[in-house]
Amino acid sequence: MNSLLNALLVIVLALNLFALGTSRIITVIKVVSLQGILLGIIPLIMEEHLTLAAVFAAAAAIILKGTVIPSMMMRAMRDVQIKREMEPLIGFLPSMLLGALATGFALLFASALPLASEHTTPLLVPASLATIFAGFILLTTRAKAITQIMGYLVLENGIYIFGLLLVGAMPLVVELGALLDLFVAIFVICIIVNHINQTFSTLDTRRMAALKE
Amino acid sequence: MTLTLLIFPFIAALAAWLIPSNRWRPWAIPAAGIIHFVLTLAAVFFNDKPLASEWIGLDPAGRLVLLMISMIYLITSFYLAGYLHYRLERPNRIFVTCLLCLLGTMTMITWSRHLGIMWVSIETTALCTAPLIYFNKTPRSIEATWKYLLIGFVGIALALLGTFFLSYSALHAGLQPTLVLSELLHNAPQLSKPWLHAAFVLILIGYGTKMGLAPMHTWKPDAYGEAPGAVGTLLAGCVTSCAFLCVLRIYHICTAAGDFAFISPMLLFMGLLSMAVAGVFMVGQQDYKRMLAYSSVEHMGILILGLGLGVPALFGTLLHLFNNGITKGILFMSAGNIHRSFGSTSTEIVRGALRRLPASSALFLVGFLAITGSPPFGPFISEFSILNAGFSSGHFVVTGLFLALLLIIFIGMGATVLTVTQGSEPESAPRTAYREGFLTIAPPIVLLALVLALGLHIPAPLNDLLNSAVKFLETQP
Repeated sequence: MNSLLNALLVIVLALNLFALGTSRIITVIKVVSLQGILLGIIPLIMEEHLTLAAVFAAAAAIILKGTVIPSMMMRAMRDVQIKREMEPLIGFLPSMLLGALATGFALLFASALPLASEHTTPLLVPASLATIFAGFILLTTRAKAITQIMGYLVLENGIYIFGLLLVGAMPLVVELGALLDLFVAIFVICIIVNHINQTFSTLDTRRMAALKE
Repeated sequence: MTLTLLIFPFIAALAAWLIPSNRWRPWAIPAAGIIHFVLTLAAVFFNDKPLASEWIGLDPAGRLVLLMISMIYLITSFYLAGYLHYRLERPNRIFVTCLLCLLGTMTMITWSRHLGIMWVSIETTALCTAPLIYFNKTPRSIEATWKYLLIGFVGIALALLGTFFLSYSALHAGLQPTLVLSELLHNAPQLSKPWLHAAFVLILIGYGTKMGLAPMHTWKPDAYGEAPGAVGTLLAGCVTSCAFLCVLRIYHICTAAGDFAFISPMLLFMGLLSMAVAGVFMVGQQDYKRMLAYSSVEHMGILILGLGLGVPALFGTLLHLFNNGITKGILFMSAGNIHRSFGSTSTEIVRGALRRLPASSALFLVGFLAITGSPPFGPFISEFSILNAGFSSGHFVVTGLFLALLLIIFIGMGATVLTVTQGSEPESAPRTAYREGFLTIAPPIVLLALVLALGLHIPAPLNDLLNSAVKFLETQP
């Protein structure tokens, strides 16, 4: 079971780098949704005794992250007619290399962490840290509002991976609440993205600089 | 009873959504505020069974914050009805619905004894407040909302990671991973230290972002500057207090674990840093609404500093939470009135407001005196109590800096407030159709009476509540 889990996590890590290295926003959206689907599957293979509640939560996560959110983002993109991320603060190749470096460090760092014995072999902790970091890079170095949101989703995915260690701590109500919040958050953000585009005629958040000291 | 209080605001929100009339819909806010306040009084003072379940229940700390939120919301709700009456040209369906949902999620935070539920509720408050900030739909308000959401989301995400770390600290210690507050408190001494410490740092940063502590405060001046004045009241008085309650939870767990020595320097540093940053930006501030936002950063700093001083300052800190919320209401509502009359928040244009809007400007001026800790108002008592605790517990440097920063902020804030109220208005100052009315003046006057009363005498029921909260937080279960 551990080897299958690790294989999936390696794919998740590779998807991080892919998202960091591409300029096409549509690719980023697809990569992040694929990542969301993979993360939805993981609890199903980790659990020894599958409960109905776990299956339900996993299905909800897969549907939301794999289909609903990507289609909302695609629609937002169609509405504002942009295709590529322009002029990121750190270039695509450098940010990909930075992501790779962070993944390496996460592996080293996680081996130094005081982990419970059953958590030392699967890659869950390093994958979580590396994904959180990749999310931060996307969030802070990209200029377009949509790519920043994808960065936030990657960050959230990273935290979700850590949550997989804590079987039973998060009741179903809370998990569903968090998913509902994510859905509403993306919904609100799509509306605001649309407003930004109408008001500023661009999605470049660096143009929004009226408010400062 | 419990269920009624928790579900009622959402039902009210749905009802408000269904009311077709733009003119009558805003009255749903005061109606809901009154019912909520009555239910809250019953829950706070007459409920013999405070704990409904392991997940949802009202402990002394939650009770205190719930009472405060419900009271400020009720008083602000009348102002909101008056405000929306002036803004009938704008559809207010989403605005009113979000306001009522906000009441519901804030109530949920005060009741939650499960850190997961608390986290979901805090994230929902961020979603409910976003449409409130961009009610005016100007480019500036959209920019403010974007920053508010993005910074807020990252902060909340970090808080979630911290919450997971906290749960992992139980798992690493060989216990069942849990997010139930009572279990965490019960097992606090056994929790794995490294994970607990990491959890504390992440949660302080995460919920500190929602509170608006420096250096994560950058969304605050933008959001408070662009949001309608009454929304500023709710953000600065209620939402930040809820975030403070979340920090109080992790503080409680860490002290129960015997780690006060680890967290205290961090809390003191964050507190002083927030006050210093606020001071820097308040001196020479030309926008009086942004100035209020920095004042909020300052007072969040005072609260965190008070926590860092530990048990001796706890009473003063909790009292200050109350005083700050109420006084911020006076300031934001009166500043909102001045803004509406002049159509600007810049001190270049807004001068001599005392002549044009005598009541609002007087309130603004007195509110300034109250928030900066002048006697005989409430904040004087609470700040003095924190100061006293600081000196008596031997934190001379920290308390000395605290005092110096209070003085700098008093001077900085005073310069801006006096420019707005005194002198004569420039020839070019625009004049809108706004006139001071009962609904936009009475609520801040009520708050002023409250803060004055709190400065002169703390009523016995409130005193009991504060004492029971202090006792709850200092005893290890």
